[in-house]
Amino acid sequence: MMGPDELYQGVQTLASLIRENLSDAPVAIVGIRSRGDEVAERLCHELASEEDREVDFGVLDISLYRDDYGHLTSNPKLEGSDLSFDVEGAHIILVDDVLFTGRTIRAALDALADYGRPGKVELAVLIDRGHRELPIQPDYVGIKLETERKDHVLVKLENTDGEDSVEIVKAS
Amino acid sequence: MSVARKDLLDIESLSREDIDSILEQASPFKELFTRSVKKVPALKGKSVLMLFYEPSTRTLSSFEVAAKRLSADVTNFDVPHSSVVKGESIQDTIATLQAMRTDYIVVRHQMPGLPAMLSRMTQASVINAGDGAHAHPTQALLDAFTLKEVFPDQVNKRVLIVGDVLHSRVARSTSTLFKKLGVEVAFLGPGSLVPEYCAPEIPRFTSYEDAMKWKPDVVYLLRVQMERQKAQFFPSLREYHQLFGITSERLKQLSDAGVYIMHPGPVNRGVELCHEVMEYERSLINQQVENGIAARMAALYYLKPQTGTLT
Repeated sequence: MMGPDELYQGVQTLASLIRENLSDAPVAIVGIRSRGDEVAERLCHELASEEDREVDFGVLDISLYRDDYGHLTSNPKLEGSDLSFDVEGAHIILVDDVLFTGRTIRAALDALADYGRPGKVELAVLIDRGHRELPIQPDYVGIKLETERKDHVLVKLENTDGEDSVEIVKAS
Repeated sequence: MSVARKDLLDIESLSREDIDSILEQASPFKELFTRSVKKVPALKGKSVLMLFYEPSTRTLSSFEVAAKRLSADVTNFDVPHSSVVKGESIQDTIATLQAMRTDYIVVRHQMPGLPAMLSRMTQASVINAGDGAHAHPTQALLDAFTLKEVFPDQVNKRVLIVGDVLHSRVARSTSTLFKKLGVEVAFLGPGSLVPEYCAPEIPRFTSYEDAMKWKPDVVYLLRVQMERQKAQFFPSLREYHQLFGITSERLKQLSDAGVYIMHPGPVNRGVELCHEVMEYERSLINQQVENGIAARMAALYYLKPQTGTLT
């Protein structure tokens, strides 16, 4: 179980890792709905506040790009993407709250490609809980969590859920 | 989470949750149309069968574009050239379709209730694209989506539906949905086409001037169905235009009052409306066509066929 302090620290870690790596070239932070967008917002705020850096911001809804559409009993609610900058040639940092199997990131890469051909795409995750099912690895990790494959990692974020917390629910 | 809906047969059977979900999701689908790649892989590997027993260009191609933008495979069951002409019964046709393992069937037929019958015989999702004078639910959904774009809070807005209410599945579905959404609806038309027994709770007018005193926000013109003219429900098209059509003069009045115009298409120019209406700044007719694709994508995405799910 983690609370607001650990999550704040996680975002700080992410921000400083990204900062170390950034050149002066423009960068776009793109959060994956839902909750990845809120992490991206915080990250954007951190990156834009310390230097006079222009950071583009975008939100990606990957519902239409999932690989398990036919297996779901009810469809994921579609909220739409919002990428107001030009994806063509851009340096994009994809942001999600939890990295697990890697399937969401696969879907996000496909979705991005339909907006244009980015110059470079990196991946930043607040929490890496392991157990990948695809050859996808993050470039930046805020918090590393040891989990079992069947555990549930429940992330709550202030704007989406009313509080900041992470809970690992053990599979029974 | 509610139980997934398999079919879209009429407006009456939809819950408020169904309606809100489809209408809300139509917007993100419409946003896709501005991308250079308008297609998404959501229904990749799924098949959609178009089963049209009545002529249609607009609805058929709207569904076709919607399905293709969702990456589904689309097959047109070409009825005029099919074995239906050779005397195959609808049951046998359905058995054939069942063997094709299609995931969605979009059906239009002159017989009311045929899509409902079909839906009970197949695991595929059945979408009613018009059955006789009964229902045309995707038309109603695209109309409601269009109305919501103009009036985000559509409650208590007034829509005057003009024309052949008696024979119109559009009037039936659209007025039912509008009323479910809190929109006020009234009918205008010759007494022969807007009979009292149609929907006694809906105000009806037989004179254009009286209807205007009701102060509608939108005038929704129904298509005059030329194919029904044999039965003589009104004396002449010219007279219909003079009495119930949007003439140049009436267009000026509507413009001054800020009234919007809708029409499900195809338009009979010089009958329901004059040429100038097509350029009228508050004509929503072209927007309805574009929204038709988005609303149908939302409907296809919302429904859940019972075919071949693994879990």
